[in-house]
Amino acid sequence: MIQNTSAARSSFAQISKAIAPFTSAFKTPAGRIGLPLVLLHVLLAAFGSYLAPYSATDFSDATYVKPFTSAVDGAIPHILGTDQFGRDVFSRLLSGARSIILISGIGSILGVALGTAIGMTSGYLGGKADEIIMRVADGLMSFPSLLLALLVLSVSDSLMWLDGISSAFATGKESILVIGTMAVVHAPRVARVLRSATLTIKTQEYVDSARLRGESAYYIIFKEILPNALPVLAVEGSVRFSYAILLASSLGFLGLGVEPPSPDWGAMISDSRSILTRAPWVPLAPAAAVASLVVGVNLLTEGIRDAQKLPTELPE
Amino acid sequence: MLRFLLVRFTLIFITLAVVSLAIFGVTEVLPGDVAEAILGKSRTPGALETLREQMGLDRPAWQRYIEWIFGVLQGDLGDSLVQDRPVTEILGSRLQNSLVLAVTAFLISVPSAILVGVWAGVRQGSNADHTVSVISLVAISLPEFVTGFILIVVFSSTLGWLPSSSLVMPGSSPLDRPVILIMPIATMTAVLFGYVMRMTRANVIEALNTNYVRTAILKGLPRWQVIWRHAVPNAMLPTIAVISINVGWMLGGLIIVESVFAYPGLGLSLINAVNRRDLPMLQAISLLIAATYAISNLFADLAYAWLNPRIRISS
Repeated sequence: MIQNTSAARSSFAQISKAIAPFTSAFKTPAGRIGLPLVLLHVLLAAFGSYLAPYSATDFSDATYVKPFTSAVDGAIPHILGTDQFGRDVFSRLLSGARSIILISGIGSILGVALGTAIGMTSGYLGGKADEIIMRVADGLMSFPSLLLALLVLSVSDSLMWLDGISSAFATGKESILVIGTMAVVHAPRVARVLRSATLTIKTQEYVDSARLRGESAYYIIFKEILPNALPVLAVEGSVRFSYAILLASSLGFLGLGVEPPSPDWGAMISDSRSILTRAPWVPLAPAAAVASLVVGVNLLTEGIRDAQKLPTELPE
Repeated sequence: MLRFLLVRFTLIFITLAVVSLAIFGVTEVLPGDVAEAILGKSRTPGALETLREQMGLDRPAWQRYIEWIFGVLQGDLGDSLVQDRPVTEILGSRLQNSLVLAVTAFLISVPSAILVGVWAGVRQGSNADHTVSVISLVAISLPEFVTGFILIVVFSSTLGWLPSSSLVMPGSSPLDRPVILIMPIATMTAVLFGYVMRMTRANVIEALNTNYVRTAILKGLPRWQVIWRHAVPNAMLPTIAVISINVGWMLGGLIIVESVFAYPGLGLSLINAVNRRDLPMLQAISLLIAATYAISNLFADLAYAWLNPRIRISS
């Protein structure tokens, strides 16, 4: 192909090609609800700190304020009320959105990247190497992900080498361990799907012709196979993101994987058990938040699948 | 078939060996051992040494691993650090409680999900199908702690019909007060139902589009016979794979559901063991969960092979 377009235009074309599966999802009923819902969550996570009217962690005297009550003398109203310590639920929700979307997002991106690399290599190589890689993947998958996360987190105190990493990223050890667990848990599952996609694409004529032209393995994998696996990759990414959110919020509910002062949706629910009858809005807000986020991601997955005419895959 | 069985059994054995090594590795070889965990931060070096010697922690890790594994094989899982009793003694009733929960949820959700899935699949595109699909999508999207929380708010704090926690007195069985089981089972059932129903529906739709179903319709078979004799059996194969995968998921779900309702099962013990750094307990429960998972996968493979004539006859 003759490269006479400007570099900016070609990178724009690449980006638009990469997000094409997501935009195509917008043409389906499921995607029309799912995509805006996910985008809304991501935007709130990104810019929520500018929107939050109050601190997410500071206590105040205004305890048990009901949602939608008008504020006294010109103060900003507590839209979603306050909890037993007088903390603004809406501000806490926004702060929690940032941590869960960051952790789940990074965890699933790492898992998908790792899984794609392993799966495509395995599928491309074939033969003995492929068989060994897939057996190892099967073995890794035979361990429930929540259990692995619990085991890893239970020894987090002893992992001295993590101190450096966590201070370099200015975050707690728990977040790093949760992200790492997500990557390890997701990689074999992504690898399986990408491997079978690679096996199908590999037999296409355009791959044969690239091989006959004498193209390198690198070229074939990245320029021929990967672009054609993009729809599968988009679905996988979306599926992994939803499982990552479920894992992260479940860990938060169990009181693990989050540093105490920072609000977490799961932790917000478990912490408000004792005030359930007095202030049901406190756990209701994060419950609605996590539910709408996962419903949104799952609808987006459905949308991409329908738009790209991909079959329903096995879960987890 | 015999060869197939042998291969499966060998694989399970290898998987369990690797898993046991991983569990032992994560909890033992890492810096900070059981002795440090018991004594906590305020330890003196002398006390630490003595305790390490008493517990045999001064010996190399591989020796302790072999001892642990031989103990496990003989049914000795060590003593709990917190309760100072054999782990097996504590876990026996806990395992029973978890089984009651898991088996009931499984028996309710799987058959009903298959029926509803077939029902929705043959009506693809109808309003009934859309409704069922949306409900099941929401069911699989809600984390168990959210589903459980909603149930508690509705049936316990608002209506006051059901107890909000499912405590079981030591020495008694949850079956003595079945009312406490309703909400935990409902929570587990919701997600499981969603997955199995969606998979059945997708597979039924796929099977209805095949040539053999078209042939069956064209040769004048009644509709119910086309569905139940031709479409459904073929749609069942991938569904069974999903069910087996879900058993693993269920084990994770148990951990959450049991902590939502304070139900004394394996999952709650696991959380307690994590919070109290009760390593022998942690190892035992992890191994138990991994083994259950591996064995349920074996059963799923067997069911799959038994239902699939291509495997049943050829090998």
